[in-house]
Amino acid sequence: MEIFLDSIKNSIYKFSRNKVSIIGFFMVAMVIIVAIFAPLLAPYPKAAGAFIDFSNASKPPSRAHFFGTDVVGRDILSRVMFAFRGALIMGLGVIAAIVPFGVLVGLFAGYYYGTWIDTVVMRITDIFVTLPALLLALAVASFGRPSLFNSMMAVAFAWWPFYARLTYSMASSVRNETFVKAAQTIGAHKAHIIFKEILPNCLAPIFTKMALEIGWVILVGATLSFVGLGEQPPTAALGTMVSDGAQYLPAQWWISLFPALAICFMILAFNLLGDGVKSMLSTEVL
Amino acid sequence: MSLPSWLAKRLGEAVIVLVGLSILLFCITRILPGDPARIALGPRVPESAVEDLRKQMNLDKPLPTQYFLWVKGVLRGDFGMSLLSRRAVVTDIKAYFPATLEEVILAAILQFAGGIGLGILAAKYADTWLDGIVRVVAYLGIATPSFVWGIVLLLLLGYWIPILPIQGRISPNVTPPPHITGMFTVDSLLTGKLGVLWDSLKHLILPALALALAPMSQAARLLRSSMCDDMEADHVYAMRAYGVPENRILTKYLARLAFIPAISVMSLDAGSLFASAFVVESVFNFPGLSRFGMQAILNKDLNSIAGILLLVGVLFVLIIILADLIVAYLDPRTRLQQRG
Repeated sequence: MEIFLDSIKNSIYKFSRNKVSIIGFFMVAMVIIVAIFAPLLAPYPKAAGAFIDFSNASKPPSRAHFFGTDVVGRDILSRVMFAFRGALIMGLGVIAAIVPFGVLVGLFAGYYYGTWIDTVVMRITDIFVTLPALLLALAVASFGRPSLFNSMMAVAFAWWPFYARLTYSMASSVRNETFVKAAQTIGAHKAHIIFKEILPNCLAPIFTKMALEIGWVILVGATLSFVGLGEQPPTAALGTMVSDGAQYLPAQWWISLFPALAICFMILAFNLLGDGVKSMLSTEVL
Repeated sequence: MSLPSWLAKRLGEAVIVLVGLSILLFCITRILPGDPARIALGPRVPESAVEDLRKQMNLDKPLPTQYFLWVKGVLRGDFGMSLLSRRAVVTDIKAYFPATLEEVILAAILQFAGGIGLGILAAKYADTWLDGIVRVVAYLGIATPSFVWGIVLLLLLGYWIPILPIQGRISPNVTPPPHITGMFTVDSLLTGKLGVLWDSLKHLILPALALALAPMSQAARLLRSSMCDDMEADHVYAMRAYGVPENRILTKYLARLAFIPAISVMSLDAGSLFASAFVVESVFNFPGLSRFGMQAILNKDLNSIAGILLLVGVLFVLIIILADLIVAYLDPRTRLQQRG
């Protein structure tokens, strides 16, 4: 128990030594708090939905509306705050969905290294990675009714093979370690070997990759919503806000620019945090 | 293993993967809700016409037969009819692809030149304010989606400081060069029309920059970190002791070593430019294959989607093989391993 506590302390120390990751941690915390408490924190909570106030339409940034208002008079700051919710669900939801699946597939393929199971599974992942993930996600998302859930499924569909490949490469080397051989010799069950012996030794790079990729998933999600394949209006979505506002460039630049900067802020936050996790677990993942 | 046989093996593997990709694309485009023939013709056309189109598209046959008919066509260069433009998909690809190709090539040049330059610069001045600036810029570059770069560049260099054109491939008052490759820059250069070359380059810069900034930042970061790791290596100390100039150590020995891990990531990023172009071309109203592909995706134009995605897949695979070739050239260890 003491060793365990020590290793946690050590990890926290490594994380906190990196100033950049501390900044990332606070930025992520801010995004999450704003997203959860958006109805309380947003200056104009009504703006989140189908709300029209033409007397305030297309107002530039001012003290009443920090980010200005859009063409139907909705406060953009409030909409951005609410839109953090969808983007967070996208980033965390997709990662939470694909990691167990991809890791499981990679573990089995790695455990059965050199058999037909290995060949079939890994050739399937080969096929997936011949297309840029963004493109595959775009194509898949276009089928079916556009929604946040639909776009999450599309991103997950394009993304799981990367986790399968990472876990596979770890598992296929860990399976040759002496402790795995020892477990096999004393007749341990396959499930025990896969989940208790091999899996724990693959976790550090998997966690690092997860931490580094949340921002990237959010980016792809925002791109899907930019082309209209994500969350549908009137619900606020960052990508949709940018593309809607793009029609009113350059005169009403704030409609598009502030949601765009919000996307960058969010992705930057998760990338900085991810770098911190990477240095904490001191692993290299490409 | 000699180079030709290595290449033959890689190309053989690539063919297998591409067959797999064709099956995947076929599955994606056929097993979807909705009747493609009905979607193509719209809701008001009588059932008999839809039935005819279904027969014409082989949609009345079982799925494996449909797949083989489709592949047979693809091998002859026939991707079927676009349901959107009502032309052969190949005709559309030929019309739109050169624009995207020249845009992506320019973006790749910017990505590599900028990434390598900034990476070496940051490594040379590691832990100084210059390095700090490069790192902050790189962080921001990676965190910014290509369409956001598009919007920001459009505002900055298109509207607020209007020095670059904001949309299209060429100004309306300029006659496009005669069709040779379809790429305006190359064609105008070949025919010696420098004014047209300048005009088409100006139209390319903003989209290419929007595409290149994120992968460029990624490359700069990768190069910097792997060069800084090697900075303390024994062979570098040895070279310093011999009095090899610092710049030479940096560009010849450190950068070359650092390229090896970076080059595969950089080339994957370069391949992904085709994907980012799907969104960026819409921002700049750039009439390329990716904008056409985006329209196809949004309108469920199955044959076009399958054709364009297959083309991007082929290009992606070729880029990866090319990257492996470069790594083998730069890294003697891989060459030795292959012989063993």
